Amino acid sequence: MDAILLQILNGLDKGSAYALIALGLTLIFGTLGVVNFAHGAVFMIGAFCAVTLQKLLKSYVVIVDPTKTDFLGNPLKVKVPYVEMWFGEAAGQAIINWTVPLAILFAIPIMLIVGYVMERGLIKHFYKRPHADQILVTFGLAIVLQEIIKAFYGANPIPTPAPDAFSGSFDFGVLLGFAENTIIYPLWRLIYFLFSALIIGMVFSFLQFTTFGMVVRAGMADRETVGLLGINIDRRFTLMFGIAAAVAGLAGVMYTPINPPNYHMGMDFLVLSFVVVVVGGMGSLPGAVLAGFLLGILESFASMNEVKTILPGIDQIIIYLVAIAVLLTRPRGLMGRAGMMED
Amino acid sequence: MFDLGKVNDRYLMIFFSIMVLAGPIILAPFGAGYPDLLQRFAIFGLFAIGFNILFGLTGYLSFGHAAFLGVGSYAAVWVFKLLTMNVIPALLLAVTVSGLFALAIGYVSLRRSGIYFSILTLAFAQMSYNLAYSVLTPITNGETGLQLTLEDPRILDAANDTGSLPSTNLFGLTMNSTAKFEILGMTFQFNVGFYFCALILILGFYLALRIFRSPFGLMLRAVKTNQTRMNYTGLNTRPYTLAAFVISGMYAGVAGGLMAITDPLAGAERMQWTASGEVVLMTILGGAGTLIGPVLGAGFIKYFENIFSKINDNVLHGWFAFLPDGLEDVVVGVLHFFVGKGWHLTLGIVFMLVVIFLPGGLIEGANRIIRRVLARKDKSNTTVSAPAE
Repeated sequence: MDAILLQILNGLDKGSAYALIALGLTLIFGTLGVVNFAHGAVFMIGAFCAVTLQKLLKSYVVIVDPTKTDFLGNPLKVKVPYVEMWFGEAAGQAIINWTVPLAILFAIPIMLIVGYVMERGLIKHFYKRPHADQILVTFGLAIVLQEIIKAFYGANPIPTPAPDAFSGSFDFGVLLGFAENTIIYPLWRLIYFLFSALIIGMVFSFLQFTTFGMVVRAGMADRETVGLLGINIDRRFTLMFGIAAAVAGLAGVMYTPINPPNYHMGMDFLVLSFVVVVVGGMGSLPGAVLAGFLLGILESFASMNEVKTILPGIDQIIIYLVAIAVLLTRPRGLMGRAGMMED
Repeated sequence: MFDLGKVNDRYLMIFFSIMVLAGPIILAPFGAGYPDLLQRFAIFGLFAIGFNILFGLTGYLSFGHAAFLGVGSYAAVWVFKLLTMNVIPALLLAVTVSGLFALAIGYVSLRRSGIYFSILTLAFAQMSYNLAYSVLTPITNGETGLQLTLEDPRILDAANDTGSLPSTNLFGLTMNSTAKFEILGMTFQFNVGFYFCALILILGFYLALRIFRSPFGLMLRAVKTNQTRMNYTGLNTRPYTLAAFVISGMYAGVAGGLMAITDPLAGAERMQWTASGEVVLMTILGGAGTLIGPVLGAGFIKYFENIFSKINDNVLHGWFAFLPDGLEDVVVGVLHFFVGKGWHLTLGIVFMLVVIFLPGGLIEGANRIIRRVLARKDKSNTTVSAPAE
């Protein structure tokens, strides 16, 4: 029982990342009808927002500190980050320590702009082109974005730690009446899960309970009619593209402490999140979220040693196997609507 | 109207063969006349031709074609390890295995079309890649890659007592033997391995030409244009698309086998989906659905990959030495991102530009230029003749 619970928990953080990226992909697909292969790159850009902020906060000035001396009695030169100069030492260190949560605020405007520019600058011209062209041009864009990041940040993963307050782990089993130290879960992963649940909740309530969201939903159902009613649906869809980019970007920001970001993390996640979208059903938002968590948990079950001894290598291929099975038996995915991408 | 795609087949075939066979001579002045690169041209050209039979004719965009290439490589290396260093059995097994593999994957994947097909092929290829890395290590030798060793049985070959690894050969003709000629200060290298690849490439091109011109090819094009209508006329399109899929998988298998022949090792990274993406880039860049386009695209990408990745900052400073100092540094600083290790950035940008402005690829670009030139000539003719009336 505790082993099962542990695997479910282990699957949640990866599942959250899948769900967030797949949610963004589905938002773009459902509103604009575009298959966006550059969405993984957007996730990566989000992660590198955190890296950039960390770099900015750690930028320092070298000053001579008269209070500290080396063994000869000469004053030492010390590196003082600007934030420590401005806000005092304790506050400055706290700010640097909390880089990743702060990066959320930093990333939201950047990701919205990235999404807006992408849609207005490139995707807009591809609405009327075949899906194959959309895949190809966004695939090219993904290569370009990833190479730009590589040119600026190098090819190595850049560690971006979580705040000290969250770096420990959390004894989850005690809460549920298990013995101590049976179900231990890193605190940051728990936060990642809660954060993604929050984001998913926000996106859904935005679509469900605001007038703007209502119009967007109407546009997803029948774009032409909404346009005929005198509503500028294109502008709202552009904003939705920005929101989708922001969702993926935030997923990237929060993922950095779990896995140090490198330039190809986007591509690694992209393939899997496409699989997630297809399993959930093209164009279905709840389907994307559900499939994201399901596949994340399934993957973590498959990587249990007990399972691996029976079916070696299953952890590597389980997601693809599920995708193939779903596509062949339920072509519209778990919760897909009829008429989506049937041509 | 003149169209590069409508050149007479016989001339096209002759022209193509001459260009390929004379490759070492033609490309030597461009710094691409050495065997290693020429072999890559031929191999990837073949790979792209095969991919084009599927994508160019039927419109099914497969994102997992590298899996067949990888399978072909593994099969060929296993023949080298177990049977003989002769290349013919290796090539035959590579084609057979990749064909069967393509049959299995195609049978399942082709049940869906459009984006679902792309995702299915992608899923299968990633599965093969992950398996080759992990569980199938006894067959694929995991991360190290499958290599020849001295202890391999090679039951058909004479005992090897030289103490060094044998090299691949065609009935005694070693693949990596090269004849060098120095003419007019340039070195021309004629390599057996390249000519073997070149012959296969020409053969593959001829087959593709026949497929393009056959009723079968016409049927595939009909599938691309409107599959629903084909179904309504009472025709089951699945066998045709499956045949196209298997044929293109076999081309990929041959390319993989040739890779193993020119360099007898096989690694899982050949199956990764970025490798599949590369052949998509080649085909689109050259011109999907045209005969010559994919070969052109493969050559273009491999050539510029080779050239661009060799350019470093020193070379750039040499080129722009004529500029004033400050400006020179700026120009070099900007170009730095596009050359050397940044070659993929250039490739990505070129690819995006092609998809946006030239959906027909380089071939369409050439056609447009030729047409414009011809049109201008027509116009000048009419203006000359007008006053005479």
